[in-house]
Amino acid sequence: MEIKVLGPGCARCRQTADHVEAAVTEAGIDATIEKVTDAMEIAGYGVFGTPAVVIDGEVKCVGKIPSKEEVKTWLAI
Amino acid sequence: MTERTKLIWIGLLFSACYFIPWSHPAIRRSGVEAFMMLQEYAREHVLTCLIPAFFIAGAIAVFVSQASVLKYFGAQARKILAYSVASVSGTVLAVCSCTVLPLFAGIYTRGAGIGPATAFLYSGPAINVLAITLTAKILGWQLGLARAIGAIVFAIITGLLMAVIFRKEDLARAQKQIYLPEDENKSRTLPQDAFFMLTLVLILVFAAFAEPAQDTSGLWTALFAAKWYIAGGLLIILAAMLKNWFTRDERHQWVDSSWGYMKQIFPLLGAGVLLAGFMLGRPGHPALIPEHYVQSWLGGNSIGANLFASVSGAFMYFATLTEVPILQGLIGAGMGKGPALALLLAGPALSLPNMLVIGGVMGIKKTVTFSCLIVLLSTLAGLIYGRLAV
Repeated sequence: MEIKVLGPGCARCRQTADHVEAAVTEAGIDATIEKVTDAMEIAGYGVFGTPAVVIDGEVKCVGKIPSKEEVKTWLAI
Repeated sequence: MTERTKLIWIGLLFSACYFIPWSHPAIRRSGVEAFMMLQEYAREHVLTCLIPAFFIAGAIAVFVSQASVLKYFGAQARKILAYSVASVSGTVLAVCSCTVLPLFAGIYTRGAGIGPATAFLYSGPAINVLAITLTAKILGWQLGLARAIGAIVFAIITGLLMAVIFRKEDLARAQKQIYLPEDENKSRTLPQDAFFMLTLVLILVFAAFAEPAQDTSGLWTALFAAKWYIAGGLLIILAAMLKNWFTRDERHQWVDSSWGYMKQIFPLLGAGVLLAGFMLGRPGHPALIPEHYVQSWLGGNSIGANLFASVSGAFMYFATLTEVPILQGLIGAGMGKGPALALLLAGPALSLPNMLVIGGVMGIKKTVTFSCLIVLLSTLAGLIYGRLAV
């Protein structure tokens, strides 16, 4: 599984990345987490608003910090 | 931060400690001035102005639906709407500076195009709720109002000019799917949300209510005398609304996001105030930079002074809100009102690091055009305001 956290590196984006990492660890899934900070690359996903989470190319959430539980529901497919 | 940048920072700090002649009278006076200015902020502005403003910013971030604004930035949006929304949406969207650049890149590449994107980029930093409140409170409501109006009007002009200059390239944009922040279903109606925001704003207004001059009419004096009772009554109304209309989760989110802004902005603002105090001092108290330099470069309302203010503002980096104490210092040292507005308009919208990012998004040619437009328009705004404000 390939997870990308989009955001230029502000506090909200870091918090999102923390939640994603915690969720992955707890779910015990083999996944790579990548932080995308480049504005053009973020825009390339078509997201209007950061932080955003993309899992396997699919945009899961935009413009808010998802909770750990929320991230787990995305991982459990 | 990599280990090497840490080393560079520590090296710089060490050299500052080692080489600055701290015992020199001018340095001592400036050092004291820095902390006097910090105390002035702590006593006059933090409790009654900044704290309520942070809660308003937090409420906007959590309770105002971003999707309802952002849909006007889509590729199919009507142009007139896109420009108008872009020029004012900074109030809702730009409180966190980290959302501005990705959103700009998104609007430019996937959405309504270069015009609305640059309009948003220009007005965003100037019309978010924290910037307006602090400018109006510290630099006077006239300058606060001029900043807001100037930012909105010139944002539209900049955007339209950019769209006209680069109209050919604008056609080739990709029309792909865009993702907006989702709209969460809410338990409150729009009037309830509006009433909640209004109460917050009124609390801010009354808490920050300045003592009227001696000769003003009875109404203002009466309002000033009653301001703490009115603010207290409003707080009770606010508590009742929070209890009845909001879920526990929403209240938590609100406090969390307000706290997030405070954590992010207070240290920067504190450092900015210390720096402004050290270099420029409070009004009437000279510090490191002699006042006659400021007066000869930025005094009056000449074209030269306005141009110098906007060019230096365009290159200088201002961390969120720090433009306000720096301007306070400059105005105290003799800067004219026109150049002050020019700096306020050009400063936060552009900086050298920010130009590099924008350059990465839309190329050097467009970035240079955009920067020149901003400098010219800000100079013009300063000239007009300087003429009016005398």
